Amino acid sequence: MDISNYLYLSIILFTIGAVGVVIRRNAIVVFMCVELMLNAANLAFVTFSRINGNLDGQVASFFTMVVAACEVVVGLAIIVTIYRSRRSASVDDASLLKR
Amino acid sequence: MSTLATPILNYALLAPILIVLGGALLGVVVEAFVGKVYRAPIQLAIALASVVIAFIQLWRIRGESSTSAAIASVSIDGAGIFMQGTILVLAFIGLLFIADTDNFTAQASAIPGSAEEGASIAAGRQQTEIFPLTLFAISGMMLFPIATDLITLFVALEVLSLPLYLMAGLSRRRRLLSQEAALKYFLLGAFSSAFFLMGAAFLYGYSGSLNLNDIATAVSGSGDNSIFLLIGIAFLSVGLLFKVGAAPFHQWTPDVYQGAPTPITGFMAACTKVAAFGATLRIFYVGLDAAQWSWRPVITGIAMLTMIGGAIAAMAQRDIKRTLAYSSITHAGFLLVGVVALNKSGLSASLFYLVAYGFATLGAFGIITLVRDSAGEVTDLNRWVGLGKRSPVVATAFSFFLLSFGGVPLTAGFIGKFSIFSAAYESGNIAIVVVGVLASAIALFFYLRVVLMLFFAEPKDDVVSVVIPSFFTRIAITICFAMTVVLGVYPSLVLNMTETFGTFLR
Repeated sequence: MDISNYLYLSIILFTIGAVGVVIRRNAIVVFMCVELMLNAANLAFVTFSRINGNLDGQVASFFTMVVAACEVVVGLAIIVTIYRSRRSASVDDASLLKR
Repeated sequence: MSTLATPILNYALLAPILIVLGGALLGVVVEAFVGKVYRAPIQLAIALASVVIAFIQLWRIRGESSTSAAIASVSIDGAGIFMQGTILVLAFIGLLFIADTDNFTAQASAIPGSAEEGASIAAGRQQTEIFPLTLFAISGMMLFPIATDLITLFVALEVLSLPLYLMAGLSRRRRLLSQEAALKYFLLGAFSSAFFLMGAAFLYGYSGSLNLNDIATAVSGSGDNSIFLLIGIAFLSVGLLFKVGAAPFHQWTPDVYQGAPTPITGFMAACTKVAAFGATLRIFYVGLDAAQWSWRPVITGIAMLTMIGGAIAAMAQRDIKRTLAYSSITHAGFLLVGVVALNKSGLSASLFYLVAYGFATLGAFGIITLVRDSAGEVTDLNRWVGLGKRSPVVATAFSFFLLSFGGVPLTAGFIGKFSIFSAAYESGNIAIVVVGVLASAIALFFYLRVVLMLFFAEPKDDVVSVVIPSFFTRIAITICFAMTVVLGVYPSLVLNMTETFGTFLR
């Protein structure tokens, strides 16, 4: 199979994630879409690692996984606190700060 | 398959970052084991001490330059050391504002307005996690401008951002607003990090290396406009422009600046900008210099949009923190002028501008923490009317910071603007100088409007008062004020330094 197909898949996943961040309203779902974008980048890293024939990209993807895990910790803490304060995790309800 | 070699680390050169990180870890332990009475002073002492010790170590290595301090992941060079020093000095002042723990929630996990929260305030249980979080953010900020490797850049970006997301949500008063700011900052920040990472992946795909110097070699070697290179530059720039708050990626700035606790807003506005512009300058000057035909026109356009858009939007604001947020967007535009200048004087001018902007920003936000009524800080601009009649000293200092933002002669801001525009002129980019001067004029208009409101209008509201600043806040505002005056009257003090230090190791 042509290896560039993995790149197309990665770009498609990234786009799905980016569109999801823009149109979804639940903070948890928005956050999941961000994670999808990070994983799309990981797939691109590993594919490029294969294309370039060195291991840098694979190492990079490990770092991304660790950073993504840290982001989950901080992100869920913030979302859970918001949910406990106002019983809603919708990003539309969080609009006290006027435009 | 090659065998793993033991990494050789030059600890002396990495020590400034490691000292701050060590202080942060110590702070976590203190938070867990020390009683509530001693916790705040011990935390403050640890935080200030680690910043000072890190600065002393940085001073000792100021002449060094090396690309192999941590294999090839960081370059210690003049510009990097200067930016680290700037971050440490600004962070020290930021910590003096943060020392007033009255601004932060006693217990972040308690629901706003709940009995639990009331009980913890009544019992004097003030959590002080803000200090270790600040130190973690500082260590990330110090790593960001010296990172020469896309993965180190990404890790540093996250190390500086993740604590800031949490710190934005820790305000004692107006908790809901503060939490909302944290949510917005987090979601949009994570979104932009994903773009940054995707850009890094494509630059790696183009060049076969994560190192900025190798990418520079690959870019200048091939000379073709590979689609990988273009996607890489575009996505990486989106991530960076988001962090520096440039239009059209600036929407988070006003909301986060307004919602976050004011000392944190000041810290964030000053130090994050230094770190983010440090990394931006390095990436564009070192890594993507040879591909300037692809990004320079676009960044020029974005700089113009940011300067003009920020200045116009600032005029329509009625909240002082939002006004300063839009003003910081305008300044991001001016700093981008330094990025597109792409010459030695552009780099030194940007360094000077960051110092001048940092002191004025910290001072201005510090003064906002002082203007209060019974419910806390007053940020509504209409209620600031006539403040100069009641508290002339504070109003004068605030006006002075605004005039420095506006670039009036004899303030640090003027020298910063002058040097950045002359660097752009030197690079032959006349259009951006014209737009920049025009934007400064618009911006000066709204700064002067606020100054006039403070001094030449009758006070309408008797509830607003300026509280007597605490010892630390007073020192911090005095330092900011003194630096803004000194850099305006005697700029060669720092200008010479930016000239000597303003080089990137390639």
